[in-house]
Amino acid sequence: MRIFPLGDSAATIEFGNEVSVELNDRSIALATDLESDPFEGMIEAVPAYASVSIFFDKNVTSFASVKAILSRSAGAAAAERRYVSNLIEIPIVISGDTSADIARVAQFADIDEDAVLDLFFTRTYRVYMLGFLPGFAYMGEVDERIACPRLETPRSKVAKGSVGIAGKQTGIYPLESPGGWNIIGRTDRKMFDASADQPCLLKPGDEVRFVRC
Amino acid sequence: MLIDNPGILTTVQDLGRVGHRSRGINPSGVMDRTAAVLINTMLGNDENEAVLEMHFPAPEIEFENECSFAIGGADFGAELDGRAIRKWSSFNVSRGSVLRFGHRTSGARCYLAAAGGLALGEWLGSRSTNMFANVGGYEGRQLRAGDRIGLLAPRTTKPHTIGPSILPKYSRFPTVRIDASGEFELLTAISERSLLSGGFTVSIDSNRMGYRLSGPPLHLLHHKEMVSAAVTFGTIQLLPDAQLIVLMADHQTAGGYPRIANVISADLPLLAQLGPNDGVSFHLVSIEEAELLSAELERDLCRLRTGIRLLG
Repeated sequence: MRIFPLGDSAATIEFGNEVSVELNDRSIALATDLESDPFEGMIEAVPAYASVSIFFDKNVTSFASVKAILSRSAGAAAAERRYVSNLIEIPIVISGDTSADIARVAQFADIDEDAVLDLFFTRTYRVYMLGFLPGFAYMGEVDERIACPRLETPRSKVAKGSVGIAGKQTGIYPLESPGGWNIIGRTDRKMFDASADQPCLLKPGDEVRFVRC
Repeated sequence: MLIDNPGILTTVQDLGRVGHRSRGINPSGVMDRTAAVLINTMLGNDENEAVLEMHFPAPEIEFENECSFAIGGADFGAELDGRAIRKWSSFNVSRGSVLRFGHRTSGARCYLAAAGGLALGEWLGSRSTNMFANVGGYEGRQLRAGDRIGLLAPRTTKPHTIGPSILPKYSRFPTVRIDASGEFELLTAISERSLLSGGFTVSIDSNRMGYRLSGPPLHLLHHKEMVSAAVTFGTIQLLPDAQLIVLMADHQTAGGYPRIANVISADLPLLAQLGPNDGVSFHLVSIEEAELLSAELERDLCRLRTGIRLLG
């Protein structure tokens, strides 16, 4: 574990550098603890795969004080789940139109497209973190056999709702945006709705099952 | 205010949408915070009041009612009803006055604030435009011809000009101060020297999301496997092509490249005013120095606020 400055208004506490449920649980637990009992000057605690970044008001507190607080609370935050994990079903459409890269993934795996989909739909995926775009969830882990690396050249436009694979990660584009993930399907579920009280459907720690429709 | 001509990229921004990064919602907000705070302060506004952030070619704006406004940041040759006006000053205008910008002499982003603030709704506590999600600011987008922005509490104020001592020391080739971040220690000795002694050029591929820099190639001692983690405004990342990117106001909330350093917040305005082919050099400071410099800036702004209040 280490703690370092992310500029003069944030500190990052890093538990490791790998995709692991245990490290992610620890990160979410610490962020949840800090959010429910924020220290003076804290703005927000942002959990990632295996770290938490804490943003603070530098006119109220300092890196040294935040580091001291984090050192103490990181020990207290055990690697147990203290957050609610919802299981969310996401229907996706597979078609020539919505699944531009399925052939590429099949070629990578050296299996046919139906076998790719079987492998993909069998698993339940964990939401490790949100980032990249509002409501974009980094989920894993995709079966190694279909863990196709990102496109060499990202597309300038990926449709809203597109479901992609990037190595062992899967994710859903909440908005139309540029992107380099292998697109295998599309959902109508709103991942992000600016007018809702809770604009994002998923949160770290949730679980997702994709269903074919 | 009626936008007669929108300019190339004019958006509504305040000091940013804070507290929603954990959902991937980036803060947006002004690139040059000091400029926005100064002109708002000059008008007696809250420092977080929404302003227009303008690039060159800049918009043409018609005031449809009497009000006071101020401009600051880049120098785009502002003219009010055909007469040149100074930046870092506030003015009273009458109905029908027109503000134009003739030519860019320095800087990349000019700001306009109006006394009483812009009458636009907030999204998640901020009026900043989020151009990915198309929310916030003016209908979540850059301004177009024919857009009309009203004022929350229009009033006229006593005209002020801010003295030069407090203004940012803009330059086309600034030295900005940085503090080390997660992977700084992994730079090779030669790369560390190159980072701190070399000059870097802002590439054409630079915008509100980030500036790609071109300069001496930098390398880490060994490859490090990274999983995505939070990044912020000012984070300097080392890309796989051995070049740097500095994340700016519209940065994504997470990134997976090595985090070499962060530009200290007091110097972000210097960076915000750079355009393609401008240059930048880096000077390393400790986190304690960065905090002192930020506190100094805050003290100056506080003094200015008090001064303006006393003048009325």
